[in-house]
Amino acid sequence: MMRFLLPAGVFAVLVALLWVGLGLNPRELPSPLIDKPAPAFERPTLADPSRTLSTEDMKGQVWLLNVWASWCASCRMEHPLFVELSRQGVVPIVGLNYKDRREDALAWLQQFGNPYAVVVTDEDGKVGIDYGVYGVPETYLIDRDGIVRYKQVGPVTREVLRDKILPLIEELKG
Amino acid sequence: MKRLLILLLGAWLLVPQLSLAVQSEFDLDPEQEDRFRELTKELRCPKCQNQSIFDSHAGVAADLRREIIRQIREGKSNEEIVEYMVARYGDFVRYRPAFDGRTALLWIGPFVLMAVGAGVLVWQIRKRRRLADAASLDEAQRARVRALLNESEEGRP
Repeated sequence: MMRFLLPAGVFAVLVALLWVGLGLNPRELPSPLIDKPAPAFERPTLADPSRTLSTEDMKGQVWLLNVWASWCASCRMEHPLFVELSRQGVVPIVGLNYKDRREDALAWLQQFGNPYAVVVTDEDGKVGIDYGVYGVPETYLIDRDGIVRYKQVGPVTREVLRDKILPLIEELKG
Repeated sequence: MKRLLILLLGAWLLVPQLSLAVQSEFDLDPEQEDRFRELTKELRCPKCQNQSIFDSHAGVAADLRREIIRQIREGKSNEEIVEYMVARYGDFVRYRPAFDGRTALLWIGPFVLMAVGAGVLVWQIRKRRRLADAASLDEAQRARVRALLNESEEGRP
């Protein structure tokens, strides 16, 4: 009996480990920022570089930080969702224009619509480093106390928005 | 053909000089340069995952190299720089993550598996030896076997 049970047991453990391990997406790094304060920044706005927006200004409200760039192809994929979300006025969306040229960014917003309450610029990617950005687009959900609650690497999809982000927003607002 | 070869050889000889030129652009003294090399080879690029920050051409790797140079010039220690990276990109950026509760399995796992394997091997060898001992015959039994074998030999047509 042992002869069959033991290999069968080892096999079952192996299957379980591989099942979980191969199901993980190796491109998705667990962010060390979750449940930690969002790194502070104060950056010039895209619309008017003489004015700035800081993380301090966003305290007291639940908000989304969306890292995007005009050169980023998959940003176009998620963009209509943000336009839709901004129309519903669920939460303010702050755009972080990552390593981009101002005129390109403005033209891009002109073409695809502007869902952002404010867009701030990060030409040299310094804010990006603080947030651990490695693949644009990235989206962060930040709560009233300025704590990062969720991070999406890569484009936000309708499913992610419906199943993760929106329920979390409800919870954080409630 | 020959001229082309000479040209290629010349170009090939120039390569180390070129990379030196790139390095000197960073404006680090030799000791700092060694540290830069050590750090960037120790840290993994979050974008192209099986390359170090030293090797990778990804935009984020270039930014991180620049950041490391800045911090080395500022006089930050290697530990401080690694900590800075881990705080932003997680344990993932280290090829050799610090030993703690979450990484324990990663560090000890292979040794545990090896010990289990060795245990199974020893167990099996012992079992086989016992079986072999049990299967051995004493002199009387041997004689009987010989007799039986001879008998069957004789019985053959």
